[in-house]
Amino acid sequence: MGKTIAEKIFDSHSVDNPSGDIHVISLDAVFCHEITTPIAINDLVSRGKDRVFDPEKIKVVIDHVTPAKDSKTAMQGKILRDWAVRNNIKDFFDVGRNGVCHAIFPEKGFVRPGYTVIMGDSHTCTHGAFGAFAAGVGTTDLEVGILKGVCAFHYPETMKINITGNLKEGVFAKDVILGIIGKIGVNGATGKVIEYVGPVVDTMSMEARMTLCNMAIEAGATSGICYPDITTVEYLWKFIKDDYVSKESALIEFQKLISDTDAEYEDVIEFDVDTLEPCVTYGYKPDEVKPVKNMDGTRVDQVYIGSCTNGRIEDLRVAANVLKGKKIKEHVRGIVSPATPGVYSQAMEEGIIKIFMDAGFCVTNPTCGACLGMSNGVLADGEVCASTTNRNFNGRMGKGGMVHLMSPATAAASAVAGYITNSGMFKK
Amino acid sequence: MKNFSGNVLFLDRSDINTDEIIPAKYLTENTKGALKPYLLEDLKLDDRNPSGDIQGKGVVITRANFGCGSSREHAPWALEVNGINLVIAESFARIFRQNMYNCGLLAVELPAEKIDQLFSTFAGKNTFVETDFGKNLFIIKGDGQEIKISFTVSDFDRSLVEAGGWVDYADRKYQ
Repeated sequence: MGKTIAEKIFDSHSVDNPSGDIHVISLDAVFCHEITTPIAINDLVSRGKDRVFDPEKIKVVIDHVTPAKDSKTAMQGKILRDWAVRNNIKDFFDVGRNGVCHAIFPEKGFVRPGYTVIMGDSHTCTHGAFGAFAAGVGTTDLEVGILKGVCAFHYPETMKINITGNLKEGVFAKDVILGIIGKIGVNGATGKVIEYVGPVVDTMSMEARMTLCNMAIEAGATSGICYPDITTVEYLWKFIKDDYVSKESALIEFQKLISDTDAEYEDVIEFDVDTLEPCVTYGYKPDEVKPVKNMDGTRVDQVYIGSCTNGRIEDLRVAANVLKGKKIKEHVRGIVSPATPGVYSQAMEEGIIKIFMDAGFCVTNPTCGACLGMSNGVLADGEVCASTTNRNFNGRMGKGGMVHLMSPATAAASAVAGYITNSGMFKK
Repeated sequence: MKNFSGNVLFLDRSDINTDEIIPAKYLTENTKGALKPYLLEDLKLDDRNPSGDIQGKGVVITRANFGCGSSREHAPWALEVNGINLVIAESFARIFRQNMYNCGLLAVELPAEKIDQLFSTFAGKNTFVETDFGKNLFIIKGDGQEIKISFTVSDFDRSLVEAGGWVDYADRKYQ
């Protein structure tokens, strides 16, 4: 019997099989941020075990609330900062050099095909875009990961989603994943790995694949995963060029991970994008999805472009393309948060930041802040936000606020219109 | 091992997410105890917030996909500091379920028809769950009625509960 990519990764990392289908796997990377890690650090200290399994494999960023907004968030940063120094963790990204975790860690080349990655953050599934098994975990799993370099999972069951057809102009990876979640539901892939395959994925950039994998958790999946291919090799080449004689040899090595043709799947879903239109959520769950045209005219108070879902350079380019030469509606507060300093810098060089500012957007530093209602764009009771983020839960961006999830193109067009609407990029 | 018996808080909706269990704005707290007043703050069931009903409860009974969304372990912690060590549901989100066992708490799945029976028999009444962890048995009592339901917990999950959580378990077992 053949193996799926996730099964191959598990087989090469399994260190224990304590019972049933539970496998304890070794970890290639443990990512940390200031919201879920400090309590793990405090617990390790109180146990007299203030150490890490491998300082090279631990990557740390302050991203959720940065710069600190109050004494509590300042203390979270301090606990993380002091711990990194004590434990000789070199890859620590603080104010000025920090970005949204699931954007900055790939950008630094910290994720490779075949890796196992955990982080105390549910959107860790993003890193599966590189052909890695990457899973969000709680603080206790994180704590054991930091201390021992292992984590326990059920042996992976996989849902294969075959994405076929041709994306219409103005329809993006965000629309594809919203469409998929709308189809399978928020509980549709619980406990499973979603393997995204097919011609649409093959032609996607790494950024688009990250958007696709990022929201796997919104269908309950443990990880999203894409096959490594030449696009993956090109993205990683500057980090791996000393490890392989050529891109072709790297590709051959990575593609050994690809699922066997006789691999066994829990589910296989066909998703054709030929008729897919730009999508938007309407309720408090990410599977409550409609075509944008069905929500056209819904007034918005704030438009937010950023996050681990859609704060990368391609996302900003698309939004800028819509905004160029236009002003956002007077009643709209436009906020753009480039996801990393690298994205910010690139956007400045390309003139994108100027387009945003000329349109009337506020440009913030890289941070997760607004997405989960912690800082930099919290909604008031009764306000509505058009957002490129990943969660529309009740109260997510502020108590009593309503969040509509959409692509950067739709968000930019909605900022100009003052209500939810399709971008001119969308050609029916 | 913790106490897994107690009065029941019924939460009659599927897909209750961790933002509803404990909103993100409280994730800046660095102690578990500080989360206590905020459990279920953003949850609305039939336009009603059930957080006023938490006092004196030790068990939650709910529907499918409980604890979906964020990975925050603050969700089980917020339950635990309110004295709730057991959640019985039709199903759980993976991370939430794992977080419960990692803390030595109990997250037990029952078939949809059993959950339906519990809601139809006991919801809205003072209900008590007596848990016999050794015999895998719940005895649910309320309003003069009693239902016994057996449950399963995997060997691994059982060993986490008995060890008091994953840190103690892993620390003993792995180098």
